[in-house]
Amino acid sequence: MTTPAHPTPGGDAGPGARPSPPHDPQAALSVRGLWKRFGQKIAVSGVDLDVPTGSFYGLVGPNGAGKTTMLSMATGLLRPDFGSAHVRGVDLWARPDEAKAMLGILPDGVRLFDRLTGRQLLTYAGMLRGMDKATVVERTADLLQAFDLTADADTFVVDYSAGMTKKIALGCAMIHAPRTLVLDEPFEAVDPVSAANIRDILKGYVAGGGTVIVSSHVMDLVQRMCDHVAVMAGGHVLAAGTVDEVRGEQSLEDRFVDLVGGRQHSEGLSWLRGS
Amino acid sequence: MVARFLSLKLTLMVNTFRKSVWQTIGLILAVLYALGTVGLLVSGVLALAFLQDPAWAGLAVTLGGTLLVVGWWLIPIFAFGVDATLDPHRFTTFAIPRRTLITGLAVAGLISVPGLATVLLALGTSFAWVLQPGVLLVALVGAVLGVATCVVGSRAITTVLAPVLESRRYREVVMIVALVLVVGIGPMISWLTTGIDPGATSGVLQTLAERAAGVLGWTPFGAAWSLGSTAYAGDWLGLLGRLVVALATLAVAWLVWDRALARALVQPPVGNAGGGRAKGLGAFGLVRFSPTWGVAARTATYWLRDPRYSGSIAIVPLLPVIIYFSSQSTGSFFMLLATGPFVAWILGFSISNDIGYDYTAFALHVASGVRGSSDRWGRALPMLLVGPLVAAAIVVGTVWVADSWHLLLPLLGMALGLLLVSTAVSSAVSARLVYPVAKPGESPLKSPQGAAVATIVAQGVGFVITLGLSLPVLGVGIAAVVLGGPLWGIGTLVAGVLYGALMLYLGIRVGARTYDRRLPELLQQVQSFP
Repeated sequence: MTTPAHPTPGGDAGPGARPSPPHDPQAALSVRGLWKRFGQKIAVSGVDLDVPTGSFYGLVGPNGAGKTTMLSMATGLLRPDFGSAHVRGVDLWARPDEAKAMLGILPDGVRLFDRLTGRQLLTYAGMLRGMDKATVVERTADLLQAFDLTADADTFVVDYSAGMTKKIALGCAMIHAPRTLVLDEPFEAVDPVSAANIRDILKGYVAGGGTVIVSSHVMDLVQRMCDHVAVMAGGHVLAAGTVDEVRGEQSLEDRFVDLVGGRQHSEGLSWLRGS
Repeated sequence: MVARFLSLKLTLMVNTFRKSVWQTIGLILAVLYALGTVGLLVSGVLALAFLQDPAWAGLAVTLGGTLLVVGWWLIPIFAFGVDATLDPHRFTTFAIPRRTLITGLAVAGLISVPGLATVLLALGTSFAWVLQPGVLLVALVGAVLGVATCVVGSRAITTVLAPVLESRRYREVVMIVALVLVVGIGPMISWLTTGIDPGATSGVLQTLAERAAGVLGWTPFGAAWSLGSTAYAGDWLGLLGRLVVALATLAVAWLVWDRALARALVQPPVGNAGGGRAKGLGAFGLVRFSPTWGVAARTATYWLRDPRYSGSIAIVPLLPVIIYFSSQSTGSFFMLLATGPFVAWILGFSISNDIGYDYTAFALHVASGVRGSSDRWGRALPMLLVGPLVAAAIVVGTVWVADSWHLLLPLLGMALGLLLVSTAVSSAVSARLVYPVAKPGESPLKSPQGAAVATIVAQGVGFVITLGLSLPVLGVGIAAVVLGGPLWGIGTLVAGVLYGALMLYLGIRVGARTYDRRLPELLQQVQSFP
């Protein structure tokens, strides 16, 4: 079954319109009626979404669809204009400390404290989470090993390549062993070998009962990796469910293009074809 | 093609205004300031020419022009990245002939406030010889050559040095040196000028200037600028020689730029491999494992490793030295003795925009749900550990130099009190007012466009509150200095520390509450920095 391409319940009308269904207390992440406006542009308009516990959830959408804004509001990085976010039944914006402790976040487009070495940055992330020294030291070593960064553990993060930076940021999101990982574009600039390693790590994490939410442009990756998917465009969720539900008979990419639109079937750029 | 570069540069400029009103206001202020300065200098030179002697105006033009060229050539080395709107690398993919590219970039280089100011200044001062049309013509040619030398030389130097300038290590060293130079240059000049015998007649000064101009007129820096005055003096052979020097300078600069650009276009910038390393956990290994001490260790690490901080730190030990030299000319030790409390106040103030310095890396604090009290205490702790030692060392040092040991205790009391109060105000205000600063990795001299007003507001508010809350400490301290006696001294010390500690407690409490309430808004603020 596919959710209709347009309004998700309670989503499309403005704030104060039809009430959304209550939060799913079992969900790893459950958001209702999220709205955010930046100046004239409405980035996210009335998003409802439930991410089942133990799922590997893909969030796809074209550039400017509101994915990052939505994830920021769902994880406490950005205060929504309206709406709420619950993490396993805990209201994030009412009890942020409790909710954030269950979340590991890889935000997109933010810098790191890059004058620290990789080891120091992971340690710092662990300390900020209030972990004890023995655990932090042990997990730091494990994470460096898992992300193949041991050789660069003592190099300043500012001198890392883009892919290494992404990996160390991912490590920072994982060090406190959160029950839910929210990863915004985790595979951007990561080389194929590292990406495969990260996928294995994430699969193992989901198999152990964790929940992963990734946003991505790469449909193929989402189709292979995720069991659930939500398609966002123009600040709305156009479809959400298991990957098979959403894509139906088509490939995810074709279904995505159908939903989002914008494909051009013209004979454009004829002059580019040479003579 | 050249016209296209010009319009590109203008479009880029206009578009930055569309982005923000403050940038527009900032540019208008910069233009007004530049126009005022140019007007003042031009009218000064013209007045010198008509009321005194055109030869004097010639001296001023030669010496001033030399300074201008030196400025154009050297400042970009220190304040690199200040204007990268037309970075040649951006044109690599377009098949533009190099000659056109260079001409376009050179002309476009004039489309900026300093560029236009230089043109106006050069042309305006040439009219010192308006009464001798022949000389005026020569002077105008000299002005054009001089401006060209400024722009082409500046571009040649930055392009040649680009591979070096792009290495992070070099940048960091240069940033610190530049910051120290900028801070030190004013006092140094005033110290140097006081060294000149005040009894020296203007005649002596004039000969000195004449001799300097005579020499500089033959150097690449001053040749173009001295053409007018040489023609006025009727030294035709000298004029020819200087013209050759000026043209040769321009030709060499052009050639160097051309070669460097040719190399730069086929060798795109690469991040320097290798990079710095630091063993182990550093400061993180030395502290208790808690969010508060984590923030403290990170803050301390950044003070040492981020040039935006370490530059300011490098200035602190220089301040007493600078003030010592400037106070020598007056013979009074008042300024010197005030250094200790002053530095203490500055130290506390230096953490007043920590979140702005973090930039978007602050997201880690937001994502981790760091509590306000942990963040505030963590950022203040390194200051509270190191600041008193630094302040005390400076107080003891200055008291020793001034041989005023009876002032030791009051000064110490004031210094500690001010340190605590300004740290307290910083902790409270910085959770509310965040303003854009140079981003991580940028030159600390580069303050972001359009940030001036926000900076002034935030710093002004912090300054006024600190001043108001410091009055009790200052009052007791000044009373102690005036009335004298050890009891007053001990009183100041005790009062300063106790009152300061109370303020610190309250300041951090207020700051922590504000922080907890505004955590996502703080992140949004740093994310919206231009």
